[in-house]
Amino acid sequence: MYPTDVRYTKTHEWARLEDGMVTIGITSYASEELSDIVYVELPDVGDTVEEGGAFATLESVKAVSEVYSPMAGVIGGANLQLQDEPGLINEEPYGKGWIAKLKPGDTAPLDDLMDAEAYDKYVESERGA
Amino acid sequence: MELLLTPLHREHLALGAKMIPFDGFDMPVQYTGIIDEHMAVRERVGLFDVSHMGEIELHGKDAVRFTDYLVPNYVAGMRDGDIKYTQLCYPHGGQVDDIFVYKVSDEYVLLVVNASPEYSVKDFAWIHSHREGFDVTVSNRSIDYGQVALQGPMSPALLEPLFHGPVSAAELGRFKFVKGTIFNCDVLVSRTGYTGEDGFEIYGDAADIVTIWRGLLQAGKDYDIKPIGLGARDTLRFEVCYWLYGNDIDENTNPLETGQGWTVKFEKDDFIGKAALLEAKQRGLTRKLVGLHVPTGGIARTGMEVKKDGRTVGRITSGNYCPSLKKVYAMAMIDLPHTDVGNSLAVGIRGRDVPAELVEMPFIVPFNKR
Repeated sequence: MYPTDVRYTKTHEWARLEDGMVTIGITSYASEELSDIVYVELPDVGDTVEEGGAFATLESVKAVSEVYSPMAGVIGGANLQLQDEPGLINEEPYGKGWIAKLKPGDTAPLDDLMDAEAYDKYVESERGA
Repeated sequence: MELLLTPLHREHLALGAKMIPFDGFDMPVQYTGIIDEHMAVRERVGLFDVSHMGEIELHGKDAVRFTDYLVPNYVAGMRDGDIKYTQLCYPHGGQVDDIFVYKVSDEYVLLVVNASPEYSVKDFAWIHSHREGFDVTVSNRSIDYGQVALQGPMSPALLEPLFHGPVSAAELGRFKFVKGTIFNCDVLVSRTGYTGEDGFEIYGDAADIVTIWRGLLQAGKDYDIKPIGLGARDTLRFEVCYWLYGNDIDENTNPLETGQGWTVKFEKDDFIGKAALLEAKQRGLTRKLVGLHVPTGGIARTGMEVKKDGRTVGRITSGNYCPSLKKVYAMAMIDLPHTDVGNSLAVGIRGRDVPAELVEMPFIVPFNKR
Protein backbone atom coordinates (compact mmCIF):
# COMPACT_ATOMS: atom_id res chain seq x y z
CA MET A 1 0.00 0.00 0.00
CA TYR A 2 2.84 2.46 0.82
CA PRO A 3 5.93 2.78 -1.44
CA THR A 4 8.81 0.55 -0.39
CA ASP A 5 11.62 2.78 -1.69
CA VAL A 6 11.20 5.31 1.14
CA ARG A 7 11.27 5.18 4.98
CA TYR A 8 8.62 6.60 7.31
CA THR A 9 8.33 8.64 10.52
CA LYS A 10 5.71 8.48 13.26
CA THR A 11 4.73 12.05 12.34
CA HIS A 12 3.84 10.83 8.80
CA GLU A 13 6.80 12.10 6.78
CA TRP A 14 8.62 9.94 4.24
CA ALA A 15 12.37 10.17 3.55
CA ARG A 16 14.45 8.90 0.63
CA LEU A 17 18.27 8.82 0.59
CA GLU A 18 19.84 9.60 -2.79
CA ASP A 19 23.47 10.55 -3.39
CA GLY A 20 23.99 11.63 0.20
CA MET A 21 20.91 13.92 0.17
CA VAL A 22 17.61 13.04 1.91
CA THR A 23 14.37 14.05 0.16
CA ILE A 24 11.44 14.56 2.56
CA GLY A 25 7.70 14.74 1.96
CA ILE A 26 4.49 13.77 3.74
CA THR A 27 2.76 10.43 3.29
CA SER A 28 -0.41 9.82 1.32
CA TYR A 29 -2.15 9.12 4.63
CA ALA A 30 -1.11 12.54 6.01
CA SER A 31 -2.09 14.36 2.82
CA GLU A 32 -5.52 12.71 2.83
CA GLU A 33 -6.02 13.60 6.48
CA LEU A 34 -5.12 17.24 5.80
CA SER A 35 -6.98 17.29 2.45
CA ASP A 36 -6.77 20.18 -0.03
CA ILE A 37 -3.43 21.76 0.87
CA VAL A 38 -3.63 25.39 -0.23
CA TYR A 39 -0.52 27.01 1.23
CA VAL A 40 3.04 25.84 1.86
CA GLU A 41 5.71 27.66 3.84
CA LEU A 42 9.10 26.30 2.73
CA PRO A 43 12.50 26.50 4.43
CA ASP A 44 15.40 28.45 2.92
CA VAL A 45 18.44 26.66 1.56
CA GLY A 46 21.10 26.69 4.27
CA ASP A 47 18.62 26.60 7.18
CA THR A 48 19.77 24.31 9.98
CA VAL A 49 17.25 21.70 11.10
CA GLU A 50 17.19 19.73 14.36
CA GLU A 51 16.13 16.12 14.58
CA GLY A 52 12.35 16.25 15.08
CA GLY A 53 12.33 19.96 14.30
CA ALA A 54 9.64 21.60 12.15
CA PHE A 55 11.05 22.88 8.86
CA ALA A 56 7.93 23.55 6.78
CA THR A 57 4.28 24.49 7.36
CA LEU A 58 1.32 23.20 5.39
CA GLU A 59 -2.12 24.78 5.47
CA SER A 60 -5.28 23.15 4.27
CA VAL A 61 -8.74 24.71 4.29
CA LYS A 62 -9.29 22.90 7.58
CA ALA A 63 -6.03 23.10 9.48
CA VAL A 64 -2.39 24.06 9.86
CA SER A 65 0.23 21.31 10.05
CA GLU A 66 4.00 21.27 10.54
CA VAL A 67 6.44 19.04 8.69
CA TYR A 68 9.11 17.55 10.96
CA SER A 69 12.59 16.43 10.01
CA PRO A 70 13.54 12.84 10.86
CA MET A 71 17.17 13.92 11.36
CA ALA A 72 19.43 16.88 11.97
CA GLY A 73 20.97 18.54 8.94
CA VAL A 74 21.09 21.51 6.62
CA ILE A 75 18.43 22.32 4.02
CA GLY A 76 19.91 21.70 0.56
CA GLY A 77 16.82 22.41 -1.52
CA ALA A 78 13.09 23.18 -1.37
CA ASN A 79 10.33 22.38 -3.86
CA LEU A 80 9.48 25.89 -5.06
CA GLN A 81 6.84 24.52 -7.42
CA LEU A 82 4.65 24.00 -4.34
CA GLN A 83 4.31 27.75 -3.87
CA ASP A 84 2.15 27.92 -7.00
CA GLU A 85 0.79 24.37 -6.84
CA PRO A 86 0.47 23.28 -3.20
CA GLY A 87 -2.10 20.69 -4.35
CA LEU A 88 0.80 18.60 -5.75
CA ILE A 89 1.25 17.30 -2.19
CA ASN A 90 -2.25 15.80 -2.37
CA GLU A 91 -1.90 14.60 -5.94
CA GLU A 92 1.62 13.14 -5.87
CA PRO A 93 2.83 13.01 -2.28
CA TYR A 94 5.83 10.76 -3.10
CA GLY A 95 6.71 12.43 -6.41
CA LYS A 96 6.17 16.03 -7.50
CA GLY A 97 4.81 16.81 -4.04
CA TRP A 98 8.17 16.38 -2.27
CA ILE A 99 8.85 19.23 0.16
CA ALA A 100 12.59 19.66 0.84
CA LYS A 101 16.02 18.06 0.52
CA LEU A 102 18.32 17.79 3.51
CA LYS A 103 22.08 17.27 3.83
CA PRO A 104 22.12 14.99 6.84
CA GLY A 105 24.80 15.13 9.51
CA ASP A 106 24.56 11.41 10.29
CA THR A 107 25.95 8.82 7.87
CA ALA A 108 23.14 6.28 8.36
CA PRO A 109 20.22 8.61 9.00
CA LEU A 110 17.31 6.44 7.86
CA ASP A 111 18.04 3.31 9.87
CA ASP A 112 15.74 4.25 12.75
CA LEU A 113 12.74 4.95 10.50
CA MET A 114 9.92 2.53 9.65
CA ASP A 115 9.73 0.57 6.42
CA ALA A 116 6.48 0.45 4.42
CA GLU A 117 5.13 -2.60 6.22
CA ALA A 118 5.81 -1.17 9.68
CA TYR A 119 4.30 2.18 8.67
CA ASP A 120 1.18 0.47 7.36
CA LYS A 121 0.72 -1.23 10.73
CA TYR A 122 1.42 2.04 12.51
CA VAL A 123 -1.29 3.89 10.50
CA GLU A 124 -3.77 1.10 11.18
CA SER A 125 -3.09 1.38 14.93
CA GLU A 126 -3.56 5.17 14.74
CA ARG A 127 -6.83 4.80 12.85
CA GLY A 128 -8.09 2.38 15.46
CA ALA A 129 -7.13 4.68 18.32
CA MET B 1 -20.81 15.44 26.81
CA GLU B 2 -22.01 12.78 24.40
CA LEU B 3 -22.48 14.07 20.86
CA LEU B 4 -25.96 14.21 19.37
CA LEU B 5 -26.63 12.44 16.09
CA THR B 6 -28.83 13.74 13.30
CA PRO B 7 -31.31 11.29 11.70
CA LEU B 8 -28.87 11.13 8.75
CA HIS B 9 -25.84 10.06 10.79
CA ARG B 10 -25.74 6.52 9.39
CA GLU B 11 -26.00 7.89 5.83
CA HIS B 12 -22.87 9.96 6.39
CA LEU B 13 -20.93 6.99 7.72
CA ALA B 14 -22.07 4.85 4.78
CA LEU B 15 -20.88 7.58 2.38
CA GLY B 16 -17.45 7.53 4.03
CA ALA B 17 -17.66 11.04 5.47
CA LYS B 18 -15.05 12.37 7.88
CA MET B 19 -16.94 13.27 11.03
CA ILE B 20 -16.22 16.09 13.51
CA PRO B 21 -17.95 17.44 16.60
CA PHE B 22 -19.85 20.66 15.81
CA ASP B 23 -22.20 22.54 18.14
CA GLY B 24 -22.80 19.38 20.14
CA PHE B 25 -23.46 17.15 17.08
CA ASP B 26 -21.31 14.55 15.31
CA MET B 27 -21.37 16.03 11.79
CA PRO B 28 -19.74 15.32 8.39
CA VAL B 29 -16.94 17.81 7.65
CA GLN B 30 -16.28 16.36 4.18
CA TYR B 31 -17.08 13.38 1.97
CA THR B 32 -14.65 13.62 -0.98
CA GLY B 33 -12.84 16.92 -0.32
CA ILE B 34 -13.76 20.43 0.70
CA ILE B 35 -12.72 22.17 -2.53
CA ASP B 36 -14.35 19.52 -4.69
CA GLU B 37 -17.61 19.85 -2.74
CA HIS B 38 -17.41 23.64 -2.75
CA MET B 39 -17.12 23.76 -6.56
CA ALA B 40 -19.96 21.25 -6.98
CA VAL B 41 -22.31 23.71 -5.25
CA ARG B 42 -21.03 26.77 -7.15
CA GLU B 43 -21.28 24.98 -10.51
CA ARG B 44 -23.99 22.32 -10.14
CA VAL B 45 -25.83 21.16 -7.03
CA GLY B 46 -25.05 19.80 -3.57
CA LEU B 47 -27.02 18.34 -0.67
CA PHE B 48 -26.32 19.23 2.97
CA ASP B 49 -27.55 17.65 6.18
CA VAL B 50 -28.56 20.62 8.30
CA SER B 51 -30.71 18.67 10.73
CA HIS B 52 -28.56 20.03 13.55
CA MET B 53 -30.22 23.42 13.10
CA GLY B 54 -32.92 24.24 15.64
CA GLU B 55 -36.64 24.83 15.07
CA ILE B 56 -38.70 26.68 17.65
CA GLU B 57 -42.43 27.07 17.12
CA LEU B 58 -44.49 29.93 18.53
CA HIS B 59 -48.23 29.31 18.65
CA GLY B 60 -51.00 31.57 19.92
CA LYS B 61 -52.84 34.82 19.41
CA ASP B 62 -49.69 36.85 20.16
CA ALA B 63 -47.21 34.78 18.12
CA VAL B 64 -46.43 37.70 15.78
CA ARG B 65 -46.44 40.40 18.47
CA PHE B 66 -44.16 38.23 20.64
CA THR B 67 -41.70 37.67 17.77
CA ASP B 68 -41.66 41.41 17.13
CA TYR B 69 -40.63 41.89 20.76
CA LEU B 70 -37.86 39.28 20.45
CA VAL B 71 -36.17 40.55 17.27
CA PRO B 72 -35.06 43.93 15.82
CA ASN B 73 -36.53 43.30 12.33
CA TYR B 74 -40.20 43.89 11.38
CA VAL B 75 -42.43 40.86 11.79
CA ALA B 76 -45.90 42.44 11.88
CA GLY B 77 -45.80 43.32 8.19
CA MET B 78 -44.85 39.82 7.05
CA ARG B 79 -47.31 37.87 4.94
CA ASP B 80 -47.94 34.18 5.42
CA GLY B 81 -45.13 32.35 3.64
CA ASP B 82 -42.59 35.16 4.13
CA ILE B 83 -39.13 34.65 5.68
CA LYS B 84 -36.93 37.29 7.29
CA TYR B 85 -33.35 37.28 8.57
CA THR B 86 -32.89 38.85 12.00
CA GLN B 87 -31.32 38.34 15.42
CA LEU B 88 -32.16 37.66 19.02
CA CYS B 89 -30.43 40.42 20.97
CA TYR B 90 -29.57 40.72 24.64
CA PRO B 91 -30.67 43.92 26.43
CA HIS B 92 -27.07 45.19 26.02
CA GLY B 93 -27.36 44.82 22.21
CA GLY B 94 -25.09 41.79 21.80
CA GLN B 95 -26.52 38.75 20.04
CA VAL B 96 -28.00 35.57 21.50
CA ASP B 97 -28.11 34.22 17.93
CA ASP B 98 -28.91 35.15 14.35
CA ILE B 99 -32.12 33.51 13.16
CA PHE B 100 -34.71 33.22 10.40
CA VAL B 101 -38.37 34.03 11.06
CA TYR B 102 -40.91 31.99 9.06
CA LYS B 103 -44.41 33.51 9.22
CA VAL B 104 -46.79 30.57 8.86
CA SER B 105 -49.95 32.39 9.98
CA ASP B 106 -51.06 35.14 12.35
CA GLU B 107 -51.00 32.60 15.17
CA TYR B 108 -48.00 30.48 14.16
CA VAL B 109 -44.39 31.62 13.68
CA LEU B 110 -41.48 29.23 13.11
CA LEU B 111 -38.02 30.38 14.22
CA VAL B 112 -35.04 28.61 12.66
CA VAL B 113 -32.04 29.00 14.95
CA ASN B 114 -28.45 27.82 15.03
CA ALA B 115 -27.53 24.46 16.45
CA SER B 116 -26.28 24.35 20.00
CA PRO B 117 -25.83 21.49 22.44
CA GLU B 118 -29.04 19.87 23.74
CA TYR B 119 -30.99 20.70 20.58
CA SER B 120 -30.69 24.50 20.60
CA VAL B 121 -31.71 24.73 24.25
CA LYS B 122 -29.85 28.06 24.51
CA ASP B 123 -32.20 29.87 22.10
CA PHE B 124 -35.23 28.04 23.44
CA ALA B 125 -34.48 29.00 27.06
CA TRP B 126 -33.97 32.62 26.03
CA ILE B 127 -37.23 32.83 24.10
CA HIS B 128 -39.21 30.86 26.68
CA SER B 129 -38.05 33.15 29.50
CA HIS B 130 -39.58 36.21 27.78
CA ARG B 131 -43.08 34.87 27.07
CA GLU B 132 -44.66 36.48 30.15
CA GLY B 133 -47.52 38.80 29.16
CA PHE B 134 -47.95 37.24 25.70
CA ASP B 135 -50.61 34.76 24.67
CA VAL B 136 -48.10 32.34 23.16
CA THR B 137 -46.72 28.85 23.66
CA VAL B 138 -43.07 28.24 22.89
CA SER B 139 -42.12 24.73 21.73
CA ASN B 140 -38.62 23.50 20.98
CA ARG B 141 -39.23 21.15 18.04
CA SER B 142 -35.56 20.78 17.04
CA ILE B 143 -35.49 17.04 17.69
CA ASP B 144 -38.68 16.44 15.67
CA TYR B 145 -37.50 18.16 12.49
CA GLY B 146 -35.02 16.84 9.96
CA GLN B 147 -33.60 19.36 7.52
CA VAL B 148 -31.60 19.19 4.32
CA ALA B 149 -30.34 22.02 2.12
CA LEU B 150 -30.30 21.62 -1.66
CA GLN B 151 -27.99 24.29 -3.05
CA GLY B 152 -26.51 25.24 -6.38
CA PRO B 153 -27.62 26.62 -9.78
CA MET B 154 -29.19 23.30 -10.81
CA SER B 155 -31.26 22.86 -7.65
CA PRO B 156 -34.49 24.40 -9.05
CA ALA B 157 -34.43 22.07 -12.07
CA LEU B 158 -33.75 19.09 -9.82
CA LEU B 159 -36.45 19.87 -7.26
CA GLU B 160 -39.13 21.01 -9.75
CA PRO B 161 -40.46 17.55 -10.76
CA LEU B 162 -40.08 16.11 -7.25
CA PHE B 163 -41.96 18.70 -5.23
CA HIS B 164 -45.75 18.83 -5.17
CA GLY B 165 -47.36 21.90 -3.64
CA PRO B 166 -49.52 24.96 -4.27
CA VAL B 167 -46.54 26.67 -5.93
CA SER B 168 -43.92 24.88 -8.01
CA ALA B 169 -40.39 24.77 -6.62
CA ALA B 170 -38.95 26.78 -9.50
CA GLU B 171 -41.58 29.50 -9.07
CA LEU B 172 -41.13 29.84 -5.33
CA GLY B 173 -39.77 33.33 -4.58
CA ARG B 174 -36.55 34.10 -2.72
CA PHE B 175 -37.18 34.17 1.05
CA LYS B 176 -40.58 32.51 0.62
CA PHE B 177 -41.70 29.10 1.80
CA VAL B 178 -44.50 26.72 1.01
CA LYS B 179 -45.79 23.38 2.31
CA GLY B 180 -46.09 20.35 0.08
CA THR B 181 -44.79 16.84 -0.44
CA ILE B 182 -41.66 15.22 -1.81
CA PHE B 183 -41.27 11.43 -2.16
CA ASN B 184 -44.72 11.26 -0.46
CA CYS B 185 -43.33 12.98 2.66
CA ASP B 186 -44.86 16.18 4.05
CA VAL B 187 -42.34 19.00 3.91
CA LEU B 188 -41.90 22.73 4.23
CA VAL B 189 -39.69 24.06 1.44
CA SER B 190 -38.05 27.50 1.54
CA ARG B 191 -36.06 29.33 -1.14
CA THR B 192 -33.18 30.06 1.19
CA GLY B 193 -29.64 28.92 1.89
CA TYR B 194 -26.21 29.63 3.31
CA THR B 195 -24.08 29.34 0.16
CA GLY B 196 -24.72 32.40 -2.02
CA GLU B 197 -26.19 30.11 -4.70
CA ASP B 198 -29.81 29.51 -5.60
CA GLY B 199 -31.36 26.72 -3.58
CA PHE B 200 -33.81 25.38 -1.08
CA GLU B 201 -34.00 24.31 2.52
CA ILE B 202 -36.33 21.38 3.07
CA TYR B 203 -37.84 20.71 6.49
CA GLY B 204 -39.48 17.39 7.19
CA ASP B 205 -40.32 14.98 9.95
CA ALA B 206 -37.10 13.55 11.39
CA ALA B 207 -38.45 10.09 10.52
CA ASP B 208 -38.83 11.05 6.83
CA ILE B 209 -35.53 12.78 6.26
CA VAL B 210 -33.57 9.65 5.26
CA THR B 211 -36.13 9.03 2.48
CA ILE B 212 -35.77 12.62 1.31
CA TRP B 213 -31.95 12.54 1.50
CA ARG B 214 -31.65 9.30 -0.45
CA GLY B 215 -34.29 10.35 -2.97
CA LEU B 216 -32.56 13.65 -3.73
CA LEU B 217 -29.13 12.02 -4.07
CA GLN B 218 -30.63 9.42 -6.43
CA ALA B 219 -32.62 11.92 -8.52
CA GLY B 220 -29.64 14.28 -8.53
CA LYS B 221 -27.35 11.78 -10.25
CA ASP B 222 -28.27 13.31 -13.60
CA TYR B 223 -26.85 16.57 -12.31
CA ASP B 224 -23.77 14.97 -10.72
CA ILE B 225 -25.05 15.96 -7.27
CA LYS B 226 -22.68 15.63 -4.27
CA PRO B 227 -23.28 15.39 -0.55
CA ILE B 228 -21.60 18.42 1.04
CA GLY B 229 -19.97 18.60 4.46
CA LEU B 230 -19.53 21.41 6.95
CA GLY B 231 -16.08 22.26 5.53
CA ALA B 232 -17.53 23.42 2.21
CA ARG B 233 -20.57 24.88 3.97
CA ASP B 234 -18.10 27.19 5.71
CA THR B 235 -16.06 28.15 2.60
CA LEU B 236 -19.28 28.73 0.61
CA ARG B 237 -20.82 31.03 3.20
CA PHE B 238 -17.47 32.73 3.77
CA GLU B 239 -16.97 33.77 0.13
CA VAL B 240 -20.31 35.61 0.19
CA CYS B 241 -19.60 36.95 3.71
CA TYR B 242 -22.64 35.45 5.42
CA TRP B 243 -22.02 35.71 9.16
CA LEU B 244 -21.18 32.67 11.25
CA TYR B 245 -22.48 32.95 14.79
CA GLY B 246 -19.68 32.36 17.27
CA ASN B 247 -17.06 33.71 14.83
CA ASP B 248 -18.20 36.91 13.11
CA ILE B 249 -21.00 37.71 15.52
CA ASP B 250 -21.57 36.79 19.15
CA GLU B 251 -22.86 38.04 22.49
CA ASN B 252 -20.34 40.89 22.42
CA THR B 253 -21.09 42.24 18.93
CA ASN B 254 -24.15 44.28 18.13
CA PRO B 255 -25.79 44.09 14.69
CA LEU B 256 -24.89 47.69 13.83
CA GLU B 257 -21.13 47.09 13.77
CA THR B 258 -21.30 43.84 11.81
CA GLY B 259 -23.17 45.06 8.75
CA GLN B 260 -26.47 43.58 9.96
CA GLY B 261 -27.82 47.08 10.62
CA TRP B 262 -30.36 46.85 7.76
CA THR B 263 -32.29 44.35 9.89
CA VAL B 264 -32.60 46.73 12.87
CA LYS B 265 -35.79 48.80 12.72
CA PHE B 266 -35.71 51.56 15.32
CA GLU B 267 -39.18 52.78 14.21
CA LYS B 268 -40.60 49.63 15.78
CA ASP B 269 -42.16 49.48 19.23
CA ASP B 270 -39.94 48.15 21.97
CA PHE B 271 -37.86 45.07 21.27
CA ILE B 272 -35.20 43.44 23.41
CA GLY B 273 -31.97 45.40 23.00
CA LYS B 274 -33.58 48.47 21.38
CA ALA B 275 -32.43 51.00 23.99
CA ALA B 276 -28.83 49.76 23.92
CA LEU B 277 -28.72 49.66 20.12
CA LEU B 278 -30.20 53.18 19.86
CA GLU B 279 -27.62 54.44 22.32
CA ALA B 280 -24.81 52.71 20.38
CA LYS B 281 -26.05 54.32 17.17
CA GLN B 282 -26.28 57.80 18.70
CA ARG B 283 -22.90 57.49 20.40
CA GLY B 284 -21.37 56.34 17.11
CA LEU B 285 -19.76 53.04 16.25
CA THR B 286 -16.25 52.33 17.50
CA ARG B 287 -15.46 49.34 15.25
CA LYS B 288 -16.71 47.57 12.17
CA LEU B 289 -16.61 44.16 10.52
CA VAL B 290 -14.57 44.44 7.30
CA GLY B 291 -13.09 42.29 4.57
CA LEU B 292 -9.36 41.70 4.07
CA HIS B 293 -7.38 40.23 1.18
CA VAL B 294 -4.27 38.44 2.43
CA PRO B 295 -2.08 37.78 -0.65
CA THR B 296 0.87 36.04 1.04
CA GLY B 297 1.94 34.34 4.25
CA GLY B 298 -0.77 31.75 4.77
CA ILE B 299 -4.37 31.71 5.95
CA ALA B 300 -5.51 34.42 8.35
CA ARG B 301 -7.57 32.46 10.86
CA THR B 302 -10.07 33.29 13.61
CA GLY B 303 -8.53 35.18 16.52
CA MET B 304 -5.35 36.38 14.77
CA GLU B 305 -4.40 40.02 15.39
CA VAL B 306 -4.84 42.71 12.74
CA LYS B 307 -2.28 45.52 12.99
CA LYS B 308 -1.62 49.00 11.65
CA ASP B 309 1.98 50.22 11.98
CA GLY B 310 2.69 47.47 14.50
CA ARG B 311 -0.25 48.36 16.75
CA THR B 312 -3.18 45.96 17.18
CA VAL B 313 -6.37 47.46 15.69
CA GLY B 314 -8.58 44.38 15.53
CA ARG B 315 -8.94 40.64 15.15
CA ILE B 316 -9.77 38.13 12.44
CA THR B 317 -13.28 36.71 12.94
CA SER B 318 -13.21 34.29 9.97
CA GLY B 319 -10.53 33.63 7.39
CA ASN B 320 -9.99 31.05 4.73
CA TYR B 321 -8.77 30.09 1.32
CA CYS B 322 -11.59 30.89 -1.12
CA PRO B 323 -11.79 27.97 -3.57
CA SER B 324 -13.73 29.93 -6.22
CA LEU B 325 -11.25 32.82 -6.15
CA LYS B 326 -8.13 30.79 -5.32
CA LYS B 327 -7.13 33.51 -2.86
CA VAL B 328 -7.04 34.00 0.90
CA TYR B 329 -9.55 36.42 2.39
CA ALA B 330 -10.63 37.23 5.92
CA MET B 331 -13.35 39.01 7.83
CA ALA B 332 -12.10 41.08 10.74
CA MET B 333 -13.50 43.33 13.47
CA ILE B 334 -11.42 46.51 13.19
CA ASP B 335 -11.30 49.82 15.08
CA LEU B 336 -13.29 52.39 13.10
CA PRO B 337 -10.43 54.74 12.07
CA HIS B 338 -8.86 51.94 10.01
CA THR B 339 -11.91 50.63 8.15
CA ASP B 340 -11.66 52.42 4.78
CA VAL B 341 -11.47 50.20 1.70
CA GLY B 342 -7.93 50.27 0.29
CA ASN B 343 -6.29 50.61 3.69
CA SER B 344 -3.06 48.64 4.12
CA LEU B 345 -3.03 46.59 7.31
CA ALA B 346 -1.15 43.51 8.52
CA VAL B 347 -2.13 40.18 10.05
CA GLY B 348 0.06 38.37 12.57
CA ILE B 349 0.38 34.81 11.22
CA ARG B 350 2.74 32.49 13.14
CA GLY B 351 4.81 35.34 14.57
CA ARG B 352 5.12 37.24 11.30
CA ASP B 353 3.19 40.32 10.17
CA VAL B 354 1.95 39.74 6.63
CA PRO B 355 0.25 42.40 4.48
CA ALA B 356 -3.53 42.61 4.29
CA GLU B 357 -5.54 44.98 2.13
CA LEU B 358 -8.97 46.13 3.23
CA VAL B 359 -11.47 45.23 0.50
CA GLU B 360 -15.21 45.36 -0.15
CA MET B 361 -17.41 42.57 1.13
CA PRO B 362 -18.67 40.18 -0.09
CA PHE B 363 -15.72 38.52 -1.83
CA ILE B 364 -18.13 36.83 -4.25
CA VAL B 365 -21.50 38.39 -5.06
CA PRO B 366 -24.42 36.08 -4.09
CA PHE B 367 -26.42 34.74 -7.05
CA ASN B 368 -29.47 36.91 -6.35
CA LYS B 369 -27.37 40.10 -6.65
CA ARG B 370 -25.28 39.12 -9.67
